[in-house]
Order: sequence, then C-alpha cells, then structure tokens
Amino acid sequence: MATDTHRAIEAAWRIEAPRLVAGLTRLVRDVGVAEELAQDALVAALEQWPAEGVPRNPGAWLMTTAKRRAIDQIRRTETFKRKVEEVGRELEESIPDVGAMVAEDDGIGDDLLRLVFVACHPVLSAEARTALTLRLLGGLTTDEIARAFLVPEPTVAQRIVRAKKTLANAQVPFEVPRGDELAARLSSVLEVVYLIFNEGYSATAGDDWMRPELCEDALRLGRILARLAPREPEVHGLVALMEIQASRAAARTGPGGEPILLADQNRARWDQLLIRRGLAALERAEALIDGKPGRYVLQAVIAACHARARRFSDTDWERIAWLYEDLAEAMPSPVVELNRAVALSMAFGPETGLALVDQLMAVPAMRNYHLLPSVRGDFLAKLGRHAEARVEFERAASLTRNERERTLLLDRAAACDQPPRP
Amino acid sequence: MRFIVITKATAESEAGVLPATEDFDTMGRFIQELVDAGVLLDAGGLQSSAKGARIYFDGDKKTVVDGPFTESKELIAGYYLVEMKSIEECVEWFKRCPIQHPGVGAPINIEIRRVFHAEDFGEDFTAEQREAVEKRRAKVAGR
Repeated sequence: MATDTHRAIEAAWRIEAPRLVAGLTRLVRDVGVAEELAQDALVAALEQWPAEGVPRNPGAWLMTTAKRRAIDQIRRTETFKRKVEEVGRELEESIPDVGAMVAEDDGIGDDLLRLVFVACHPVLSAEARTALTLRLLGGLTTDEIARAFLVPEPTVAQRIVRAKKTLANAQVPFEVPRGDELAARLSSVLEVVYLIFNEGYSATAGDDWMRPELCEDALRLGRILARLAPREPEVHGLVALMEIQASRAAARTGPGGEPILLADQNRARWDQLLIRRGLAALERAEALIDGKPGRYVLQAVIAACHARARRFSDTDWERIAWLYEDLAEAMPSPVVELNRAVALSMAFGPETGLALVDQLMAVPAMRNYHLLPSVRGDFLAKLGRHAEARVEFERAASLTRNERERTLLLDRAAACDQPPRP
Repeated sequence: MRFIVITKATAESEAGVLPATEDFDTMGRFIQELVDAGVLLDAGGLQSSAKGARIYFDGDKKTVVDGPFTESKELIAGYYLVEMKSIEECVEWFKRCPIQHPGVGAPINIEIRRVFHAEDFGEDFTAEQREAVEKRRAKVAGR
C-alpha cells in the first residue's frame, strides 16, 4: 500500500542512501563505517518519523543524525585523540553548522562519484565489486542481491563484509582518479555496471533467460554515472548500449518463457522510448569522442544498427561487420571475432563466416564457449552440411549452463535430421 | 516498475497562463534531480484543453468535440514517466514535486499510476513456470 508508513520511510531512506553513504565516507574515510552510520540513521528514522512524519528534507535529517552518531562513536574509541587531530576536529567544528553543510549540494555529486570509484576498485574481485556497488549505489538489500544472482544470502553478506575489509586494508583513498589512472579505473566501473546488466539480460546459469530488475538497476546506475561524469564518451556509450538492448526485453521471451533470437523477434514489441533514449545517449557520446571510439560506443553503434532496422532483413550487416572489426581492435577477443563471423556470414554468405570460425576453433579460450559450436552449426546448416551441423549443436548444448538455451540448441540439433527441402 | 505521474490542471493552466520563470526553474530543478537519479524516462507538459479535442464514442456513433472541457473535474496538465523500484519510492519522490507554492492556491493532487508491463499480460512466464523459478530461488537461498 502506498500509504504504509514503514515502507514509506524505507523508500525515503533508499532514495537518500547513496548520497548519505558518500557524504559520510568523506567524513569517516571508511566505507564500512559510513554504511553502518547510514543504517543507524534508518533505524532512528523508523523510530521517530512515524510520530513526526517524514521530514520535508529527509536527506538533511538523515545526514545530521548520522554525523551526530559518527561523533559519538569517535568519542568512544580509544583512538579518539588521534582521530580528533585527523578528522574529529573537522567534525566537531562543523556540528553547529551541520545544517548548513548539509544544505549545500556542492561536493555531494563529487562524493557520489568518489564512492562509485571506491566500490568498483580493482583490488576487489568482480563479484565483490558488483555486490558492493548494488548495495551502496543501487540501494539493494543483501537479500535482493542474493536473489538477483541466485546465490545464498549469507554468501553475499560475507562478500560485502570482506570487500569493505579489503578496501580498508588496502587504504583505498576516497577520491576520483586522475590523469592516466582515470581511463583504467573508469573502465573498471563500466565493467561492473555492464556485468550487472548482462546478468539480468542473459542469465548464464539457472533457468531464467532474463531478470529484468537487474537490467533496470544497471540502467539506473549507468544513467546516474552519465550525470556524474558527463564528459566521458564511454559512459554515454554504455548507457546507449543498455538502453537499446533493454528496448528488446519484451520481444526476447516467448509466451512459454522460451528465448526468441534477434532474427525472429517481433520488432513491434521493441520499446521505442528506450531506443530513442539510447540513440540520444549515443549522440552525446559521439559528440565527445576525441580519437577512436571505445568498446562501449562501438557496441552501442552496433546495437543502434539493429535498432534502426525495421525488419531483420533490413539490417546493414556490412556496416556491422566493419564495426566488429573496429571493436576487435578496441577489445581484442575471440568472442568479438565470432560476432564478426556472424556479421560477415550475413553480409557475404556462410562460407565467409565459416572460414573465420574455423580459425577460432583452435583458440584455447574458446574451447568451452558454447556459442562457437552453436555458430559453426548454424553456418554448416545453411551450407546444407546437416550431419556436421547436428554434431555442433549437440556440443553447444552440452556446454551451456542455461537451461533454456540448451533446449533451443537441442531443438536445432534435432531439426538437422529433418533438413528443409530445397 | 514504470509509473506515470499525472499533474492536474489548474485555473491558470486552463487559461493558458504559463508559470513564472522562477517556477519553471524550480520545476526544472526537480526534473533534473529525477534525471540525476537515473529514474526519469520521459516528461511532458500539456497545453490547455482549449487547444484540445475529445472523441465521444456511443455505440457506432462518434462525436468530436473541441475543448475547453471546463465541466471536467480533473483535467490532465502534465506527466512524468519514471522507472522506480516501488510505488513507495515514487510517492516519496513526488512528495517533493514543487507543484504548488506552499499555502497558495486551491488544493491540488498528482496521481501516480503503474504502467502495465508485458509480463502483466501473462505473455511471459506461465504461473507454473514462475512458481518453479521461485521454488528454485528459495532452494538456493536456503542452501
């Protein structure tokens, strides 16, 4: 119910939580402590707001409450004297002005960006970065993260605890990286956001083809990032990519929950609003590019090619093949080469694609990648080599961890026994 | 979840009176906050009903009527399309919507409505499949 007080308070807190944690981290220089203080503020809100009502400026109330707790805590620790020199004085002096400090919006945007970089720090594993980012910036509870990734809740909780410890031990500074460091660190951030999106877009394990809430979370994070770092083309590129891919969500799943591939999707079900937003983000990205486009912009341009085709047969495959060549330069990977093979096959015929794919068969990293035999099977089937195609589809089915995809591949294998009449 | 948030017409908006510059700015700042939070998908303001029209359907009969529709109690004046995690979140956001100067003007309301998702039409998972997925999730969570 929209009127439920408890849920209203939690919702108000969730809106403020990322900025709250960011501002507190700047003060106490420890993400873990900052989050605890933010949680304490929620507890206080749950106690006091039912009677007093949600304050007109909930963010200010929460920040003031959390800062008071921070000072209390600091007073109680043995390292108080040292803390006073480092940080305490700043806090103590600021207490009378806390209201004014909190009213200022300057710096909070920066603090939020600093928090993003901390949560996505490369010293943390990808899983840790993902969990921490969703928690601190996405406003997800530990339970929600666990359910999203189909992992037990205690596992996620531990991951987050360990991540905070690692950050503290590594003394990761609370700052936005500069100069040469920025590109690499930004890349790490974008990687986390896209990882979350992909987890929702094409689940690697379990029976779900898609988990749309995760896509929404990733999109939200990406859009926030685009506002925090508006001059970074790759950020806009990533947002563009996600908006456009998300636009296909309704068309990707059939009535029985089965996956529908791009070639077969009903494009009338593509969300044109998201496509428009994606193309606008791409425009912003392209206006900012100095030099060669990065991986996210390139992938977004490819996605835009598909988005602009009213029917599958209208797709500009030649252009896409060229774009994959550029992408291979920006992010060398056999997977990109595989996609290029598919594009080449669509533009110039399956023999062209097969030639490239046969080269990839020798690459060790591809040995367990189910899409390689799947694509090879597709080319062979198109060339009328059905017996060979069947072997490839069966191999692909044995390699995928997604139930729905396995079914799809086994169906294709079975179809090889009944090849279409010429 | 997607929500449409509908703002209602006032005597001024129906008279085609544009908001004062500072009110535009205040509303602009609110919209910017929604953008900064990554939750705004779209927004628009509607011109007065005097510039609009209605089509009345009565069996086979269709009658077109020009605005204004002043006899209507609540006309739409604008909309926001947002993506949020719950209706509670939407409510908390839009409590801050600067739709009215405090203490000035007649009471006004904004309406929040949830947009149907393809899933809601049952075209995605069947109930049985949904149940199966939930069972699996619960099992994983319990391990």
